[in-house]
Amino acid sequence: MVASRRNNTNPARIPALGLRTLVLIGVSIVLMYLDHRENHLDGIRKTIGAAVYPVQIVVDAPARFWGWLGESTTSRNELELEVGRLKAERLLTNARLQRLTALEAENARLRALLEARTRVRDEVRVAEILAVDANPYEHNLVIGVGSRDGVYDGQAIVDASGVVGQVIETGLLTAQAVLISDADHALPVEVNRNGLRTIAVGTGEIDRLDLPFLPNNADVRAGDLLVTSGLGGAFPAGYPVAIVDQVTRIPQEPFADVTATPAAALDQVREVMLIWSQPPVGEGTEE
Amino acid sequence: MTAANANRRLPVIVTLVVGLMLSIMPLPGLFETLRPDWLALLVIFWAMQLPRTWSVGTAWIIGIVLDVAYGTLLGQHAVALCVIAFVTVRFHLLMRVFPLSQLTATVFALLALYQFILFWINGVAAVTAPAISYWGPVVTGTLIWPFLYMFLSGIRYRAHSGA
Repeated sequence: MVASRRNNTNPARIPALGLRTLVLIGVSIVLMYLDHRENHLDGIRKTIGAAVYPVQIVVDAPARFWGWLGESTTSRNELELEVGRLKAERLLTNARLQRLTALEAENARLRALLEARTRVRDEVRVAEILAVDANPYEHNLVIGVGSRDGVYDGQAIVDASGVVGQVIETGLLTAQAVLISDADHALPVEVNRNGLRTIAVGTGEIDRLDLPFLPNNADVRAGDLLVTSGLGGAFPAGYPVAIVDQVTRIPQEPFADVTATPAAALDQVREVMLIWSQPPVGEGTEE
Repeated sequence: MTAANANRRLPVIVTLVVGLMLSIMPLPGLFETLRPDWLALLVIFWAMQLPRTWSVGTAWIIGIVLDVAYGTLLGQHAVALCVIAFVTVRFHLLMRVFPLSQLTATVFALLALYQFILFWINGVAAVTAPAISYWGPVVTGTLIWPFLYMFLSGIRYRAHSGA
């Protein structure tokens, strides 16, 4: 009543303007808070968005017309470029299709891994290789398990056919490993045939290991299988490491020149197995 | 009565829809940052001329629509438009008797206030944008105001004399 009387006496006055403004500001602040903190307002957004949609269509129409005009008058040169681009893209897609073959091979490898798992008595866990270091002087790789999974520094890594390397740095979710072929890596081994102990040293070449500490008269021949001796403590005993490739005895030298080929396909592995000689820290003894 | 009301509201609604179109029309690079706040200018004009029909509530609804169209925080443009509508309605008698130059200066202040509110909310919500995206619309909006004012006055005069 009061407001209407005031309206009559003073036509310039807008009723409850300040109050309405305050309420609207309050509503806005609540809306902004809800919108910023959580996404509960998607429904409101979609509803209003649907109302605005016709306006957007009208606004977009000239741009669409220009686009259509541009397409209709594209020069032959541009069309040829476009065809070239599409051809390249098709090649890329075909290459992706070929991954199917790779996946089939992966499946076969995984089956081999599972069989290997039944062969070893230690606790093992399959890990995927995430990255291979591009540095040509180091043979490192990154695997997709870390300290959260109970991985520890120095842990042995094998694949279906032999020793791959060992963990050198453990992150929470990933771990870095060095391959046995790294020039800085050495691994205590024994000749499977007669138990002759020695050390296999990486050469920096992915498919060659050196056995520099075998005397000339040592009983070692090409084709001998080298297995881990377990003496270093890092690797459990009995895993195949390499096959002796070539033995060159040089009479005037104290040591024979012996090279071996790693049993594991170091440059072809996708999945590796981590070995816990004791049960893994993180997982307890559930299995 | 409703027909007369519709007749009086139609020009405002048409200008607001056109303003919304101009606001969301895609523009190339630099022009995007210099795009005037069409809807803010329209809200100032109509709130000044017809404060009983077009006031803070309308401004708020326009702001929400703008927020959805821009994808900004829901309520950001709404609160900014609401505040400048409040100031305009509060001083609409004064603004009506201003000469155009003084009115343009007032509009500059209102646009600066509008952009400051947007800037402030962006700051709270940790959205960073370059300074030109705030100052550009203020300058272009002020420059365009005299022409827009004359154009809208013409529309208003014609609509009213027609009705």
